[in-house]
Amino acid sequence: MSATATEARNDAIEETLAAYPNAGRDSLIPILQDVQERLGYLSREAIARIGEHLGLPASKIFGVATFYNQFRFQPLGKYHIQLCRGTACHVKGSLSLLDAIRQELKIEPGQTSKDGLFSLEVVACIGACGLAPVMCINGEFHAAMTTQRVRMLLEEYREGAQENV
Amino acid sequence: MTTKTLDKTAPAHVEERAAVTIEVNGKPLEAKPGEMLLGALRRAGIQVPTLCNMEGLFPSGACRMCVVEVEGMPNLAPSCACPVTAGMKVQTHSQRAIRARKTIIELLLADHPDDCLYCVRSTNCELQRLASELGVRQRRFSGERRRLKEDASSPSIVRDPEKCILCGKCVRVCEEIQGVGAIDFVGRGSKSQVGTAFDESLNIASCIYCGQCIVACPTGALREQSHIKEVMAAINDPEMTVIVQHAPSVSVTLGEEFGLKPGVDVNGVMTAALRELGFDRVFDTGFSADLTIMEEASELAHRIKTGGVLPMLTSCSPGWIKFVEQFYPEFTKNLSTCKSPQQMLGAIIKSYYAEREKLDPHKIFSVAIMPCTAKKFESGRGEMLHDGVADVDAVLTTRELARVIRMRHLDFHALKPETPDTPFGERSSAGKLFGASGGVMEAALRTAHFLLTGKELENLKVDAVRGLKGQKEARVKVGDLEVGVAVVSGLQNARKLLEEIRAGRRDLHFIEVMTCPGGCINGGGQPFTTDTEAVRARMQALYAIDRDEHVRTSHSNPAIQRIYSEFLGSPLSEKSHHLLHTHYSEREVLT
Repeated sequence: MSATATEARNDAIEETLAAYPNAGRDSLIPILQDVQERLGYLSREAIARIGEHLGLPASKIFGVATFYNQFRFQPLGKYHIQLCRGTACHVKGSLSLLDAIRQELKIEPGQTSKDGLFSLEVVACIGACGLAPVMCINGEFHAAMTTQRVRMLLEEYREGAQENV
Repeated sequence: MTTKTLDKTAPAHVEERAAVTIEVNGKPLEAKPGEMLLGALRRAGIQVPTLCNMEGLFPSGACRMCVVEVEGMPNLAPSCACPVTAGMKVQTHSQRAIRARKTIIELLLADHPDDCLYCVRSTNCELQRLASELGVRQRRFSGERRRLKEDASSPSIVRDPEKCILCGKCVRVCEEIQGVGAIDFVGRGSKSQVGTAFDESLNIASCIYCGQCIVACPTGALREQSHIKEVMAAINDPEMTVIVQHAPSVSVTLGEEFGLKPGVDVNGVMTAALRELGFDRVFDTGFSADLTIMEEASELAHRIKTGGVLPMLTSCSPGWIKFVEQFYPEFTKNLSTCKSPQQMLGAIIKSYYAEREKLDPHKIFSVAIMPCTAKKFESGRGEMLHDGVADVDAVLTTRELARVIRMRHLDFHALKPETPDTPFGERSSAGKLFGASGGVMEAALRTAHFLLTGKELENLKVDAVRGLKGQKEARVKVGDLEVGVAVVSGLQNARKLLEEIRAGRRDLHFIEVMTCPGGCINGGGQPFTTDTEAVRARMQALYAIDRDEHVRTSHSNPAIQRIYSEFLGSPLSEKSHHLLHTHYSEREVLT
């Protein structure tokens, strides 16, 4: 990561914290959400700085952040995959989709692939049960998925990324 | 950092109100209105088991072991978090309550490693004890075993998260008592575990190695980094002269490991045991506590006379040193430059003593028996090396010493008391006081008064700095000067005081800080107890020694006078500076 990118991230953290002067521990979750909104994830620096700002140990910030599914600790990939694990999708076999993605990308939910292309998030219900099993990549919905189609789709995105270079 | 403390047995706001009567197990019981039921039960000698309860802290109600049946309540109530109300009727050991407790233990055991035979806490584990007491004889629930990595990265503490039952006591003691917060709950549900920020290993976290988490832990999830192997290897090496020193608080706690009640001084028997174990010389860290006082009191006098940095902070407690280095680096210049007694005696043994006895310092293996896990870290600090020779080679906690004695099958009760070796077996009772919060201060005041005025303190006993209170203060007349002193133990109390000084408080000259609440008698390496009364008894044992002995000031210890005339010259001499003093530096950790 270049120095300017780091600076930009630090500025984003400072700007977010500036909106919470004299904040106490009750502001922790809103701050975590705002920082993640700006950075796409919670960086180490962000967690340390939030702790400093609120007078709380970094272990506490990390503890709270890991409690909630919504927080991630790695930058988003170029393509952010949201896989629905709601009831309807589960019944229609979304667990095998999850396994396929894991195998294909070698990442767990919350992680980002080494090449920075894909990040994976598991969603409790994405609200599109009629399309089950469904996954969503950068806001685009893909309905009635199968493991085979997952593999094809990921390959398409990979090729698309290469063409764009 | 915020801290909630609530004395459950007597909350301040209810103390004034009249007692109420409740009915427990069919008998009337007096209780204070508003206090938690558990406190009232304990006072009456009714035992209800707990796993997560911590005396003096707000109840967390996490473990549910203390549930009781309260008439009119549909569910069992956790007595730790259930306020007493007039006329309430309680059954503490109804069939339903006992069954609930047993089920809790069975559920905790569902994913427990069950390797009690190999566990350091076997026969001393609260989970094991409760399972036995509640008659758990089979594995009723079989949960998925969590496979978690042991963290042995720290020089002082080993964490084995598979044995953790998530009671949260280590997290709370670290944050609320010690003001550190190196660990917290990470993750959620069946994936939760206790960990550091970013799940890093302990050696790079803000952990100060005090070991209070080990003492709080009901299971074998936390233990000290053992040095037993190294010590036994040295004892069995004919080339090595193995010299042992023991800290002032060890002799008043070791007995507990062998069934004696808290507060029995076993100094002579311990000396005999150490000889039986094969140590070539047995010395008393109380000697170097006296030496510390000579240096530290002189340093204080020097700082006061020359307008040096004040208040001066004591430097005997290595957890506290790390705490300052990482959280309050601007205060490192306030820390006394004196090494701790452990390191001073180590340095003297490998210089003065080696010279005198014609021993090669490389062929001396120096062992310290300490109430403390941070002492292991301290002995390995880079500043404690001289030309590749460490002041101290290994540190055993009181508990480890007991283990070695058991391994050797010594009959602790049949041993005849022996006296320590000269010259470092001689100590004053002031040096012995080092083991309790306030003891360093009391010893220092005795000697500082003598150094500054040439006269002994009129009353050697300084009541204001005695006792288990977390913060004690006094103003002491030393000649024309009124010296402001404070004594704190438990680093959350130290944090509060440092914040006051940061905010401009200027009336203090000298502050004693001990990392563990109550001082070394309650150190992280001491026999397991959760009982304040036991800690109080240990403290009283030290006070009794000070009351009964004749040499009560460090400067009147003949061995101290001799080492200055024969070797060191005077306090703060060049030789002293080289051997007995050290320096500190800012430490970058994730706080």
